[in-house]
Amino acid sequence: MLEATDLHVEFSGRGSRRARAVDGVNLSVGAGEIVALVGESGCGKTTLARTLLGLERPTSGKISYDGTPLSYSGRSLRTFRRQVQLVLQDPMGSLNPRHTVYEAVAEGPRIHGLPDEEAVVSSALARAGLRPPERFFQRYPHELSGGQRQRVVIAGALALDPKVLIADEPVASLDASVRGEILSLLLRLRDDLGLSALVVTHDLGLAWNIADRIAVMYLGRIVESGPTEHVLKDPQHPYTQALLSVLPESPNRIVLTGEPPDPTRIPTGCRFHPRCQLVAAGKGTEACTTQPLQVLPATTDPQVSCHVADLVGRDRK
Amino acid sequence: MLELDELTVTYRLESSDVPAVRGVSLELAAGEALGLAGESGSGKSSVALALLRLLPRSAVVGGRVMLDGEDVLAMKWGRLRAVRWSSASIVFQGAQHGLNPVQRIGDQIAEPLLVHRQASGADASKRVRELLAQVGLPAWRARSYPHELSGGQRQRVMIAMALACEPQLIIADEPTTALDLMVQAQVLTLIRQLIADHGISLLMISHDLSVLADVCDRLAVMYAGRLVEVGPSSGEFRHPYSQALAAAFPTVGDPASRLAPRGLAGDPPDPQQLPGGCAFHPRCPVALESCATSDVQLRASGTDRTAACVLVGE
Repeated sequence: MLEATDLHVEFSGRGSRRARAVDGVNLSVGAGEIVALVGESGCGKTTLARTLLGLERPTSGKISYDGTPLSYSGRSLRTFRRQVQLVLQDPMGSLNPRHTVYEAVAEGPRIHGLPDEEAVVSSALARAGLRPPERFFQRYPHELSGGQRQRVVIAGALALDPKVLIADEPVASLDASVRGEILSLLLRLRDDLGLSALVVTHDLGLAWNIADRIAVMYLGRIVESGPTEHVLKDPQHPYTQALLSVLPESPNRIVLTGEPPDPTRIPTGCRFHPRCQLVAAGKGTEACTTQPLQVLPATTDPQVSCHVADLVGRDRK
Repeated sequence: MLELDELTVTYRLESSDVPAVRGVSLELAAGEALGLAGESGSGKSSVALALLRLLPRSAVVGGRVMLDGEDVLAMKWGRLRAVRWSSASIVFQGAQHGLNPVQRIGDQIAEPLLVHRQASGADASKRVRELLAQVGLPAWRARSYPHELSGGQRQRVMIAMALACEPQLIIADEPTTALDLMVQAQVLTLIRQLIADHGISLLMISHDLSVLADVCDRLAVMYAGRLVEVGPSSGEFRHPYSQALAAAFPTVGDPASRLAPRGLAGDPPDPQQLPGGCAFHPRCPVALESCATSDVQLRASGTDRTAACVLVGE
């Protein structure tokens, strides 16, 4: 449905160095599928999401929707944006405090010139679980709770009847007890309306809660992907293993030292090798430090990009 | 070490009074780590700020806060200033805003030493190097400005500042909230190690029960300005609210939570409009009719646990 092929997005950084925020990614989101894109801050997941939305132009590679490559002319971008909608985190920041709920949700339909605006707004609010919708029309964001504000943001996206939602940390700023309701809403939208979703998050519990498939991103590349059960219960990449090992309930922690490295200086060989616990334990190979890994294809099967993990990624080479 | 006795915090607004904390009693033994959990508006941060009288003027504090046998609420300003760094110190949430952006971090860590310990410049910089080493930062970082550090490093600096005057108690308000998973694990490991090495007591506040359970011996859960449950972090929760809060952060691999996110209907109550009876009853999945009218105090549930719910056995 929505697909990124050999996607690269670079930014000019300080001085002459360029930041390769997305450095070769193949990723697809199928119809009615919820995919979680998981990674630490600075791994490029938000840039990837913005590029999938057509908000950022790729340096190379392409985005296609329903098999048609996205062109960046005004008209086709407009059509594309009706199909693929963004749900931002932090509803307090993404809602204009001086606009009523009605105005916030009506903005998209107005831009796209949809007829029967009130019915569109009312149905979007109802689908986002704000019922009866008329009761919310004239309210302002500050009069709503955090959970209700997040629903307004989701209603704004639903108003255009999109096929795909891209949600960036949809519950990160919400209270714990409210999280579940918003995640249930995303699941329900998928079940009732057949919506696809790409959920960008650093939260593995969230992925376990709602995602059919997971892609783990590290420093501009997807390093492991596959069905959620597969990736989270039997992780193959040392980075995924480490991320899972630091969850509170996990027995043997692998706390990686250092922070996610700099996308302006991507290490040679496997980009994860300077932090890799296998390399540190002497279980790496020479290839880890010298041999770059191939970009993983956009498949739904389990796959991993590692010289050492005994798996598909290596067999493919 | 620390004893709260019927602590109340009420914010006086122009139009009305907002009861943020409505009678919280807690004890923290020397060397113990206690986790205080709750959502926004539960009053957990007001409790933290009240402990060292850091609340704004509009807040009226009642009850007693005993720190090492001294009543904090009755202290004179001079004594309070001394206590704030040397007996108890706070690590705030949001490593972005807790540091002065235009001052080198070494100078920021040295400040409490120079002010409260009357340390000489040379002693202070020696201690800064020690503190940086304790929190796992190289000594040359003393010359850095906050923006040159990552979020995890800034949080380490905040912890170094809190340790500067060797307090017996550290209050950590959401110390890992804005951090990535791996960096959060690093900071939690550091906190665990520091309290073990120095025998410091810790009061850690968070909305994330799993983070608290990871570091703390005992957990206290707040809802609408009150404690609803206190017990060891290893046991099962008994109060329906604590259970819901725990279920909100699923265990990866647990089939029960797979494609089944769990939460509570509704939102945490507005402290200005608290429901009658048990404040949790409108959201409670197992509420009885009587819960709408009769409030329940903490009651014993087993030997070392208390919970404020009618359904919890005597």
